[in-house]
Amino acid sequence: MNAVPQYDPLSFGENALKLRTFRQQILGNNLANSDTPGFKARDIRFADVLKAQMEGTLPSTEVSMTTTHAGHIAGNITKDDPRLLYRVPNQPAKDGNTVDSDVELSEFTKNSVMTEAALGFLSGTLRGRMSAITGQPS
Amino acid sequence: MSLLAAFDIGSSGLSAQAMRLNVTASNIANAESVSGPDGRPYRARQVEFSALMKPGSPGSGVAVSSIVESDAPLRMEYRPGHPKANASGYVEMPNVNPVEEMVNMISASRSYQMNIEAMNVSRQLMLKTLDLGR
Repeated sequence: MNAVPQYDPLSFGENALKLRTFRQQILGNNLANSDTPGFKARDIRFADVLKAQMEGTLPSTEVSMTTTHAGHIAGNITKDDPRLLYRVPNQPAKDGNTVDSDVELSEFTKNSVMTEAALGFLSGTLRGRMSAITGQPS
Repeated sequence: MSLLAAFDIGSSGLSAQAMRLNVTASNIANAESVSGPDGRPYRARQVEFSALMKPGSPGSGVAVSSIVESDAPLRMEYRPGHPKANASGYVEMPNVNPVEEMVNMISASRSYQMNIEAMNVSRQLMLKTLDLGR
């Protein structure tokens, strides 16, 4: 058994990139709502979510009731995304807003650097495959 | 496309903060307006933000839900010669608090800058994504 899980680099890169842009959206939303009363800053635990996504163990967001009678209605409800967690505020504001702009902006910048890194890895993989196909060094 | 959503979120933040700046400008401009269209003194206005939420998405930005007028008591100024003065010589002046307005203005402009920054970064990342595999 391998200590380090072996994933296909292409699908790993794709998943990582998707998750990075998803997180970019969450952090951008936190920044846009930095003055909204009662807004709670949200985030994901990147490593855990990526692992769950690669292994397909992500919990479903759909909840439905079992129908045991013809007259029953299944009643599909969409849960809040289980990946989204709440940020623990270090300076809670009086209006209930937990967005700390400095924290969010630094996380945003960190996330964009990591997105660039993910893009770089994916790009390298693609270039390697292209040079294997064409026989030309790229 | 998640990064395109980041643009929409950023622009919703920009327009909300721009509206806040407009309201602040209106408050400062009308700090001495003793009568408006209804003949009453101007009352300070504030925007109310609310988060936009769509099920199944981490959030879709911010919107101005309403603009509320301040309930603070009107400022009374002693000006016996003024045409709007009451029997004891006092004129009702707007309840605009210049300190509050300046703080609001600075906060709005900082938030505006922050949203622009976030959109700029998203734009760069998107252009990099278009270059993937080159």
